[in-house]
Amino acid sequence: MTVQHTIDYTLHLADNALVLGHRNSEWTGHGPILEQDIALSNIALDLIGQARYLYQYAARLMTMQGGPEVTEDVLAYLRDSWDYRNCLLVEQANGDWGKTVLRQFFFSAYQYFFYRELQHSRDAELSAIAEKALKEVTYHLRWSSEWVIRLGDGTEESHARMEKALDQLWMYTGELFQPAGFEQALAPGGIAVDLGEIKPLWELRVGEVLKEATLTTPGSMMQQGGKQGKHTEHLGYLLAEMQFLQRAYPGNEW
Amino acid sequence: MEKQHNWPLWEIFIRSRQGLDHKHVGSLHAADSAMAIENARDVYTRRMEGISIWVVESKYVHASNPDEASSFYDPANDKVYRHPTFYDLPDELKHM
Repeated sequence: MTVQHTIDYTLHLADNALVLGHRNSEWTGHGPILEQDIALSNIALDLIGQARYLYQYAARLMTMQGGPEVTEDVLAYLRDSWDYRNCLLVEQANGDWGKTVLRQFFFSAYQYFFYRELQHSRDAELSAIAEKALKEVTYHLRWSSEWVIRLGDGTEESHARMEKALDQLWMYTGELFQPAGFEQALAPGGIAVDLGEIKPLWELRVGEVLKEATLTTPGSMMQQGGKQGKHTEHLGYLLAEMQFLQRAYPGNEW
Repeated sequence: MEKQHNWPLWEIFIRSRQGLDHKHVGSLHAADSAMAIENARDVYTRRMEGISIWVVESKYVHASNPDEASSFYDPANDKVYRHPTFYDLPDELKHM
């Protein structure tokens, strides 16, 4: 276990939050109705807030390692897709509202059980971030669960769209519980969350909600690679848009 | 947005941290009461405005008719004796 493992771990968590926060922010001004536009924008802001705390922590650790000073903006705006360590699930395109809320539900259920454990991390900084984020995520899980049930157990069309979303997203859920090298290295030190422990909790909760939503999971092969920097084609486009300004006008502030 | 929703309108009441009563803050659309409370949370409490939410579907709010305002409210104009300001209080009585 080294500081580099903690840096990689923190960046992985930050990238997850930033990428999904950015995806959700793409809905701002385009939500199906004003109230839900605001609801999803609030969730986007919560996630980007979590990402900021995590990037700031990673930047401090990296600066302490020596070398040029690193900031949260450098980490968010100047790394390329192969440096990003987010799971494939969060970078998937928004699709329709059903796909967006299902993606949120899968990830919020993961974050909920994840942060609940990370609160007890022996890394005080990660533990504090987890404690703050858990309150936000508890609401995200409630909000997204209700939407999945509402649409799954809704009209013929909404049910069909949720089934399609499930077909598109289910294959990216397995990776959430596949520990990367840096997670395995940190596990014995009590810093990282044991993914094997939260997996059954996630499966139980997701199973309950999908059952109420009258949806069944497809038996698709699970995809992975995000934690190693091997992403789907979607991440490159997302970063191109998100990073454009800092790439075109380096160091610009407003 | 052309296929606008038919979700009903809800009136939202928020109680602030210091407040004793729920105050009307506005209205919003939602499919049912559970969604109305969540929408109210997202729309009306995102700047720490409150710690309690009531929602009432707007159709259940009955209002007085503005056209009847003169007969409803004007007659109270000259009834100053309805204010308890005409009593001589004994000096021993405090806190009034």
